[in-house]
Amino acid sequence: MKRKHKRLTFVGIALLLLAAAAALILAAFEENIVFFFSPTDILAQKPTPDRRLRLGGLVEEGTVTKPKGGVITFRVTDTAQTVPVSYKGILPDLFREGQGIVAEGRYINNVFVADEVLAKHDENYMPPEVAEAIKKSGQWQGKEKVKTK
Amino acid sequence: MSAELGHFALILAMLIAAVQATLPLIGAQRNMPTWIAIANPTAYVQFFLTTLAFGCLIHVYLISDFSVVNVVQNSHTDKPILYKIAGSWGNHEGSLLLWVFILALYGAAVAAFGRNLPPAFKARVLSVQAMIALGFYTFMLLTSNPFERVFPAPLNGQDLNPLLQDPGLAIHPPMLYLGYVGFSIAFSFAIAALIEGRVDAAWARWVRPWTLAAWIFLTGGITLGSWWAYYELGWGGWWFWDPVENASFMPWLAGTALLHSAVVVEKRDTLKGWTVLLAIIAFSMSLLGTFLVRSGVLTSVHAFATDPSRGVFILALLVTVIGGSLALFAWRGPQLKSTGLFQPISREGALLLNNLIMTTALAAVLLGTLYPLFIDVIGGAKISVGAPFFNAVFLPLMVPMIVAMAIGPFMNWKRGDILPALGRLRFTFLFALVAGAAAWSVETDGPFMGVIGIALAAWLGAGVIAEISERIHLFRAPLPESMRRLGRIPRSTWGMSFAHFGLALAIAGMAGAGGWKVESIQTMKPGETVNVGGYEYTFEGAQEGQGPNYTILFGKFTVRKDGEVFTVLEAEKRNYPVTRMPTTEAAIHTTLMGDLYAVIGDAEGDEGAYVTRIYYNPLVVWMWIGCIVMMFGGTLSMTDRRHRVGVPHKRQHSSASSDPVSSTS
Repeated sequence: MKRKHKRLTFVGIALLLLAAAAALILAAFEENIVFFFSPTDILAQKPTPDRRLRLGGLVEEGTVTKPKGGVITFRVTDTAQTVPVSYKGILPDLFREGQGIVAEGRYINNVFVADEVLAKHDENYMPPEVAEAIKKSGQWQGKEKVKTK
Repeated sequence: MSAELGHFALILAMLIAAVQATLPLIGAQRNMPTWIAIANPTAYVQFFLTTLAFGCLIHVYLISDFSVVNVVQNSHTDKPILYKIAGSWGNHEGSLLLWVFILALYGAAVAAFGRNLPPAFKARVLSVQAMIALGFYTFMLLTSNPFERVFPAPLNGQDLNPLLQDPGLAIHPPMLYLGYVGFSIAFSFAIAALIEGRVDAAWARWVRPWTLAAWIFLTGGITLGSWWAYYELGWGGWWFWDPVENASFMPWLAGTALLHSAVVVEKRDTLKGWTVLLAIIAFSMSLLGTFLVRSGVLTSVHAFATDPSRGVFILALLVTVIGGSLALFAWRGPQLKSTGLFQPISREGALLLNNLIMTTALAAVLLGTLYPLFIDVIGGAKISVGAPFFNAVFLPLMVPMIVAMAIGPFMNWKRGDILPALGRLRFTFLFALVAGAAAWSVETDGPFMGVIGIALAAWLGAGVIAEISERIHLFRAPLPESMRRLGRIPRSTWGMSFAHFGLALAIAGMAGAGGWKVESIQTMKPGETVNVGGYEYTFEGAQEGQGPNYTILFGKFTVRKDGEVFTVLEAEKRNYPVTRMPTTEAAIHTTLMGDLYAVIGDAEGDEGAYVTRIYYNPLVVWMWIGCIVMMFGGTLSMTDRRHRVGVPHKRQHSSASSDPVSSTS
């Protein structure tokens, strides 16, 4: 092979790899991007159960109940709307009423069935999406700059 | 006093860095030996001053000086001494001080151990090093001074985030930073080479030990972080493709590619521009990692110390360093002429394939990490890209890579032959098939990727052993002859073998834990039993206890296998009164086949029942062992004869300036 051909071989392999990666990425993006919803968004758009999504908001005071079998239910609010959530498992250490959380799961029969609940490990923390969702709902009363230590 | 002394030392260090960044560089450009000679002493003095500053910060933590804001926010008199020290770097300001401290440490190490470097080249390296430092000193002194005072001083502090009060996490940041910042040396060498317009075998040999050191520490840092997440977060997982994890993984990918391409520069005098570019990319990824972790731009479960207002400064720093170095590369890079011919089927071809796959994987991880940020900035929807995306993209890319990894070392330089190499791997191939079949037979409708992973781990592990056997002519030559050959294998080759073998072990662990994890969540009353992964867990109830600065809830499980008591697990839930935060301490019993893992949750009802989470994580320990073996391999390679100080190198670096040490060869 001539030098030029060799270089072409490498460029060819590199392009092939990039194309394969691009195909993988596009296919994966299609299925695996998770959109963020506030309670208001959920009630307005009524997403179908085949979509995985993230729900963010504050855990409404006095709504956490623990029926049998390790299932926990509570309501998540952006202070304008609320959505009931059910979750089976151990909640993160900092899960509390009034605290901002993000839950990941599906919206099935008007209940958000979460398989993962994230709470930030700081009691003053509010996930940026939650803060924005609350601001959007026009109920924002907190400090303008959320402490994000 | 300490705080003022530390602050003053930092300001002095910044001024020294300004001198170090300019005078030696000008001296090297104009060939003025007296100016070149400034590089070494300034590097030492800068190191001394940052050590002093860092020592002062640790001191104010040790004496709990609550007139310093940083101590108030991150410490408490009741805290154990280890976490008082670790608290000094467990926050934004302190971690930056640690960053520049390590940067200065590496600079001083180059000054001290780089005796065989031509003085002009070394001066340029140290100047570039000081430019980076200058950026970080400015950032610290303007926006994030760790020595800021508060008046009136509060009586006690707010305590360190309890999650961070853990021995693994106390040494995780220094380890990770030794890795991140270590790539600054490869970067400075690359920039200095671009300024000189020359990259040769000697350059590759100089860069190698520093890159290896950074790689070893980064491997260790990532492993520690992963191990911490595994036992502390109580989710039974060890890698979440969280942006902060990706931030440490991206420099690792780039650094691994750099290690492999530098070998090609050294042996074959080609791939020069590419190697320089990889050095720039590796350090850029380190800076990007700092940016992602410290600026709070990404939503992340790890966002411990974030402040968006500082992000702008880091972003500017990032743009200057990456943009500047890439511009320099575009300008000077074409001058780096390669002499070696290049055959696709050869050792260098295999190394290049490694590089192509590594950088493709890096690009995929980078895209997945930054994409949500990008969409957010252009005003699109709020999205998150999680583990399913990364698994779907990253894992398929790794399959051809692992396959090629076993074949590559069988190839000759210049012109290899693929068929004989494959012939020598026939037993390896059989072994991989058997291992894959065995993994499949455990659970025939089990995870596909798990089976592939086990087969690949067997292929790579057996491939490494086949390569060593081939090298020493095992069974082809008399045994004493083979032993003699074994003794003559250079350390760098052992290093490669160990690193590859370690990866094989780690892949086995990842495949096992990723593929066959058993998880069971339930409410258990005392005396109740559940069966998880072939073990019976009986809940014995929970008790209260007292730790040094927290209260504990112990949940006790007796584990039986086939009716016999196998072990007793005590899972803890700790509550830290100062921060009013609980943490989970999973109870883990490790066996070679898998980890028994139990977590206790909240009380339910008033009959002493608790929510419990029990996992069986197969082969997890292989992952940790594999990572340690990889680090050991890196260490072996670093101590190879040709890197040792004072050993004269074969090829002269034909520098215009004279070098008394290297001219002895």
